[in-house]
Amino acid sequence: MGRSFGLNEFLYLLKAIPWTLLLSLGALIGGAIVGLFIAILRTAPSRVLRGLAIGYIELFQGTPVLMQLFVTYYGLAVIFDIQVDAWPAVLLAFTLYSGAFLGEIWRGSIQAIPRPQWEAAACLSLSLPKQLWYVILPQAARISIPPTVGFAVQLIKSTSIAAIIGFIELTRAGQLMTNATFKPMIVYPIVAVLYFIICWPLSLLAQHLERRIDATLGVKRHF
Amino acid sequence: MNYVFQFNVVWEHFPELLTGALLTIQLSATAMVLGLCVAVLCAYGKTAGPRPVRWLVTSYVELIRNTPFLVQIFIFYFSLPVIDIRLTANNAALVAMTINLGAYASEIVRAGIEAIPVGQIEAARALGLKRLHIFRLIVIFPALKTVYPALASQFILLMLSSSVVSTISAVELTAITNSLQSTTFRAFEFYFVATGLYLAMALGFRASLSAIYWAVFVRGRGA
Repeated sequence: MGRSFGLNEFLYLLKAIPWTLLLSLGALIGGAIVGLFIAILRTAPSRVLRGLAIGYIELFQGTPVLMQLFVTYYGLAVIFDIQVDAWPAVLLAFTLYSGAFLGEIWRGSIQAIPRPQWEAAACLSLSLPKQLWYVILPQAARISIPPTVGFAVQLIKSTSIAAIIGFIELTRAGQLMTNATFKPMIVYPIVAVLYFIICWPLSLLAQHLERRIDATLGVKRHF
Repeated sequence: MNYVFQFNVVWEHFPELLTGALLTIQLSATAMVLGLCVAVLCAYGKTAGPRPVRWLVTSYVELIRNTPFLVQIFIFYFSLPVIDIRLTANNAALVAMTINLGAYASEIVRAGIEAIPVGQIEAARALGLKRLHIFRLIVIFPALKTVYPALASQFILLMLSSSVVSTISAVELTAITNSLQSTTFRAFEFYFVATGLYLAMALGFRASLSAIYWAVFVRGRGA
């Protein structure tokens, strides 16, 4: 009855990992563009622009990723009158999702730059975009690296949700192998371990970077 | 775009959606209470326990924080029956949510505990209080008060991620939305409204959690 879980089945799981990574990387790059935009709007002098950015962040941080995925998946079908593939839908959904989180992380980094830096840049008669681009963002980027790496871990884990609408990545591959072999006690723990192998080094890296930045900024930590 | 939106079907079934929302609230609130208990226990173990306990807590936390919630649910629902632990879908969901929240929240609570000034603990020790008394009377309330905002956002994240438990046929808002859209073929409309309900629940939870903060830490005697 059924297949046994052997080397081929394990290789099938391994072959699904690139899709998990590709989706995470794509969403991270797309989300970086959206997030930078949101972070700048969120710190803009205009109240309307700030309100728009806050609304965007509230919407995407206040609703489940799964719902965002469903609305994007069926929403694209509504717009284009045909059922689109899962791939563009999940990529778009995770891009918008990570845009909200990265936007909020980077806003914090921008606001952590002391006010006199803006004033000094203004004294050099740099325009507002130039102040941001040449003076503030390079410094903010350094502070933002550890939480961004931390978010990447969160993103890799949440891409597992794409399995629910049938996008084949690591978790979906695990489901398929469970259905083929009837060995959930073997397959799902292996899937979990594979995620752990991907995510744990990144988590450690984020912690390490955080400590280094604290040391250079002279932040004292209790722990 | 030739799609005609038909939201009236959704309004016909709106009471069912509300029932689903209520189930989500019930499930999340239970998991929040249980998860907080797990978190406090683990945080105590990690800060005051012997080395094997500390090691055990660390591996639990790292294991949960570096694997996707979806895979954790699959393990609790599909893998455990193999070793003769059978849980109903909703119980498996509750256990998975509790264990997941316990890991994230224990790190938050630990940070709160470590932020307690050492002098307080030394003073308590000088008064002859036992370790557990010190923890219960001196440490835990101020610690929870310090990290309350972080705990509250973790609780809301848990409520949002509970939508994923629909995959193991646990009954809550997403599961009910899934079955309604599959009988009415109005996927976009149903998911759109369900997303709105989740947003409302997130805002509602945030307001109630602030009210709890006020009742316990500001008006009450805790800290």
